[in-house]
Amino acid sequence: MTPEELEQIANSEREAQAGISQTVNVCVAAGCLSCQSQAVKDALDKEVARRGSGTRCKVKGVGCMGLCAEGPLVSTSDGTLYKAVAAADATALLDGLENGPVKRLLCPTDVPFFQRQQKIVLENSGVIDPERIEEYIAASGYRALIRALTEMTPVEVIAEVVKSGLRGRGGAGYPTGLKWSTVAKAVGMQKYVICNADEGDPGAFMDRSVLESDPHRVLEGMLIGAYAVGASEGYIYVRAEYPLAIKRLKTAIRQAEKLGLLGTNICGTQFGFRIELRLGAGAFVCGEETALIASIEGSRGMPRPRPPYPAIEGLLGQPTLINNVETFANIPPIVRNGGEWYAGIGTEKSKGTKVFALAGRVQNTGLVEVPMGITLREMVFEIGGGIPEGRQFKAVQTGGPSGGCLPAECLDMPVDYESLARAGSIMGSGGMIVMDDSSCMVDVAKYFMDFCMTESCGKCIPCRVGTYQMHRLLDTITKLEATPQDVVLLEELCDLVKNTSLCGLGQSAPNPVLSTLRYFADEYKGHIERNQCVAGVCGKEAQP
Amino acid sequence: MTPNLAKPPAPSQDKRWKIVDATMRRVGQRSRGLIETLHTVQEAFGYLDETALRYVAVSLRVPLSRAYGVATFYHFFTLKPAGEHTCVICLGTACYIKGAGQLVDAVKHELGIAPGETTADRKVSVLSARCLGSCGLAPAVVYDSEVAGKVSPEQLRQQMAKWEAHDA
Repeated sequence: MTPEELEQIANSEREAQAGISQTVNVCVAAGCLSCQSQAVKDALDKEVARRGSGTRCKVKGVGCMGLCAEGPLVSTSDGTLYKAVAAADATALLDGLENGPVKRLLCPTDVPFFQRQQKIVLENSGVIDPERIEEYIAASGYRALIRALTEMTPVEVIAEVVKSGLRGRGGAGYPTGLKWSTVAKAVGMQKYVICNADEGDPGAFMDRSVLESDPHRVLEGMLIGAYAVGASEGYIYVRAEYPLAIKRLKTAIRQAEKLGLLGTNICGTQFGFRIELRLGAGAFVCGEETALIASIEGSRGMPRPRPPYPAIEGLLGQPTLINNVETFANIPPIVRNGGEWYAGIGTEKSKGTKVFALAGRVQNTGLVEVPMGITLREMVFEIGGGIPEGRQFKAVQTGGPSGGCLPAECLDMPVDYESLARAGSIMGSGGMIVMDDSSCMVDVAKYFMDFCMTESCGKCIPCRVGTYQMHRLLDTITKLEATPQDVVLLEELCDLVKNTSLCGLGQSAPNPVLSTLRYFADEYKGHIERNQCVAGVCGKEAQP
Repeated sequence: MTPNLAKPPAPSQDKRWKIVDATMRRVGQRSRGLIETLHTVQEAFGYLDETALRYVAVSLRVPLSRAYGVATFYHFFTLKPAGEHTCVICLGTACYIKGAGQLVDAVKHELGIAPGETTADRKVSVLSARCLGSCGLAPAVVYDSEVAGKVSPEQLRQQMAKWEAHDA
């Protein structure tokens, strides 16, 4: 594959697209598929074939369009978006292409949910067919890779990433450029690149959407990373629970290999790289990098003490670059447009955009990409459209089981790594769950502790025993049987587990408890002193 | 003394062992391929029993304790065969906030079993998932392999009753 050949593929694809006057895009990512969007697509295909308008009108399966709660979503080339489409609507939709939009299915796009977004990672999602490499190439795909390979040295690539200010999107926010240069400088017989696609946070589905909607983007990011650090082998560690993402990744890898974008002598250079998939088997702790490496090596996913960091001693003892799906997906546009362009978006310390999975008690649930620094209020009330059924906002939870619950007084806080950490939560991978007055915050803390207790790998005692004891205390409180002494004990345990656990899972497990103790102390008090749960969730009858 | 490196014979004539053997060949008969091999066994047989674990352990030259350790460490692997139908209740945060707990209660009430269990007649297995990633559809349930969104306890009870009543 030479730059000229790539341009040729892009041009012939664009010409083919120009010949088609109308396209109907049907979302075939997991959210809409589970509302039968495949049946909608089949019905549209059939109807187009029946009308014999296949040369002018094309029905295309595309990735996630974001507003998952209103699926199946369908968009047309004139910019109309339809929601909750059924197979029976196929005829009406196609008629609509001639006679104006079908009003009863219209989904307004001039609302903040769409207008306030800024798409970089998701720029191709919902636009291109994720199963065709040609469409990705026509949308400037693999151009960044070719540019890096033919015009830049590895050092220059890393310099662009450093300049961009990109930080790890998996949750911890470690500067990506710094990580890359550590791996590049490390000495080893062989270096590896691993893409962490073990999205384990409950309530988070950003990585899945990216993998299902634009898999080539992730491959390109990994390729550029491999070139920059000098690796020749890569793994994508993806959850076995995401069969569609796995299928599309496999297709994408095969297509890239066929075009010579993966393999040996890529673009006629000395650079070679191959990618293999490894399926996770359902262990939250495998999101931790050393546990993930243990899992790829075929063992139980248990973390080990760091240092040595995987950048120095990772997979099979060799220097290893591990980044999250979204981090890799940010790389091609950074190389294409330059690090400075990216650094112009976001806040001083948190650059660029972040993809969030907005869910829970909010009007518009779905996937959104916003510039860093947007406030929580804008997220929940403008983009999210506020709380349904006229109920009261209570808290927004970020960072999953490692994060915290933030109350109404934090709503005007900007969403960036530092602000969230100061408020007692974390950015995390991007799950954002909104809660209203029907949720009891003690019960929510117990829910997360139950999660951490079950997912603790058992290697270190503070986490293994501490999460169990904290869960027991929270259970007593939700049964309205606790004494004030129990809360003191709970606080002590939080401190101990946070400061003495081996890995991130244990160190962050107390966060949901600490943040609810900090902002919703009254609710704890109510349970203990007045035997009362304001949300009406807890009591002796509550489930275990 | 050189260790005996010969691969053991398959536990039975069952053709599915050939699929398992193919995976083990692909991973170069190395211990690193343990998880991938177990994925293949589970895909082929539906679950991992002692025979399978012993065969895989000897073939990949890992102690049985390690094979068993890995099989029980990861939630995705199961040591017991599933019932005729499976119902997976998502207990992710979004589903929990929207009432997945009531769905668990509904199943308990209807079938008398908790997630992770199978009815005595082996008709229905109930499982829980940490998060299906279908948070827009919360609370979500997977009936066999069909995802259903915004499920009410009543709908869930009806589906369970239907499965139970149906004589296969």
